[in-house]
Amino acid sequence: MATDTTAAQVETDTQALGPVVNFDKVVKRYGELTVLDELDFSVKPGERVTLIGPSGSGKTTILRLLMTLEKVTDGVIWVEGEPLSHMRDSGGELVPANEAYLRQMRKRIGMVFQQFNLFPNMNVLRNITEAPVHVLGLSKDEAAVRARELLELVGLSDKENAHPSKLSGGQQQRVAIARALAMRPDILLLDEVTSALDPELVADVQNVLRDIASSTDITMLIVTHEMHFARDVSQRVLMFDKGKIIEEGTPERLFSEPREERTQKFLRAVLEGR
Amino acid sequence: MGDFFTTFADALPQLLSGIRITLILTASGAVLALVLSFLFGLMSRSRSIMVRGTSRVIVEFFRGTSLVVQLFWFVYAMPIVTGFQLDDPVYAGIIALGLNYGAYGAEVVRGGLNAVPQAQWEATIALNMTPLQRLRLVIVPQAMAEMIPPFGNLLIQLLKASSLVVLVGIADLSFEAEKIRLTNATEATAAFSISLVLYFVLAWLLNTGMRAWEGHAKAKLGRPVPRKRLLQPVRADQGGAV
Repeated sequence: MATDTTAAQVETDTQALGPVVNFDKVVKRYGELTVLDELDFSVKPGERVTLIGPSGSGKTTILRLLMTLEKVTDGVIWVEGEPLSHMRDSGGELVPANEAYLRQMRKRIGMVFQQFNLFPNMNVLRNITEAPVHVLGLSKDEAAVRARELLELVGLSDKENAHPSKLSGGQQQRVAIARALAMRPDILLLDEVTSALDPELVADVQNVLRDIASSTDITMLIVTHEMHFARDVSQRVLMFDKGKIIEEGTPERLFSEPREERTQKFLRAVLEGR
Repeated sequence: MGDFFTTFADALPQLLSGIRITLILTASGAVLALVLSFLFGLMSRSRSIMVRGTSRVIVEFFRGTSLVVQLFWFVYAMPIVTGFQLDDPVYAGIIALGLNYGAYGAEVVRGGLNAVPQAQWEATIALNMTPLQRLRLVIVPQAMAEMIPPFGNLLIQLLKASSLVVLVGIADLSFEAEKIRLTNATEATAAFSISLVLYFVLAWLLNTGMRAWEGHAKAKLGRPVPRKRLLQPVRADQGGAV
């Protein structure tokens, strides 16, 4: 009897601590070019992981695969224990996911893009409420309440009626963060979210993300070249090169004592570029 | 000159009834063309080669055949082939105009949708919208700003092409003008001059309406509103070049 309880306990614990994201031998090729090469890695619930590496090393592709903007060439991506890139057919075999299945899985994931990608045919408030109303089925009032809370969180309460084109890049990006959070995702993907911003606007966006990281348990995958930000927000850094993870560790360790020569070279280049 | 005005006054009721038919043909033809434009334009972006191919064949067929022959076919051939006759040749006119300009409009829709940046599509996917929601809420409203000017050109062409329906005996504006000439050959100049002016006024009204719509659509997207006016020289600061 005691063994049973322990077994059940272990199972619950494993489920609770099981990876929220798991890449299982994921391959992504564009024609002849191999971007991800049998990549294995996993992310624990609530963990903040920063992906670094030279351009073309596959880090953005990882986010795009998770957001289902791209399809895997081979291997399987698992999210919260369920396949993302694939679904089970009637015989339990994994087959490529169809749109209906993807919509079920996608609701757990949100993404913020480098170029913000706000909808220019809507004002700020509607950018945030549109998907909650139409996709989640919230009433317009509920969605507006949620949107105003998020606008307050990102410091743009006075901009709800503004047109996106009237906002600075940093403000647009903060609206984009609010828009992604309004869908209440379990996993937030941040794809070089400050790369397109003027230097003086970077801090505002990063501070908002620091707040979110410290006040929620949302899992984050972050692609960035801002090492200070990575150090503040993430618990683990993965260094990518040529579609593989060549080194990983805590930001403190990896940034101060990188072991791989490729990592040392990359970090030096990033620091000199600043 | 007095003759002209007498003729004008006498001919007015006929011409007005002609204008009514012309407007019915243009408006109904344009609505049908708009629906078909979106149908075939969206089909041309389908992932299925069957759907894409069907749209392509239909579009090429109606772009590549004469409107007049299509008109004759619907009025004279269709009853024989299908055993179904349209109650009024005006319906045949609307269908022929709608199919013909719908085929051209499909290319406008395709181009307009392609002009919306891929990043906008990706944002709609990231927000988990259904394919229909992506189009309805985000993509089409942005694509419309690109589509309105070419749609405006097609609308004017459709208005003018609607005069071809005289060939199947529909009493539109040009038919009434011709009728005046047949009744009294000396009034030909007046009749046709007046109908030219009437066509021009209709086209100008449609053009003005489409421009207003374009301005509204662009303003909604936060883009500069085009302010081109007839006979106004283009100033350097209005052109694209700096």
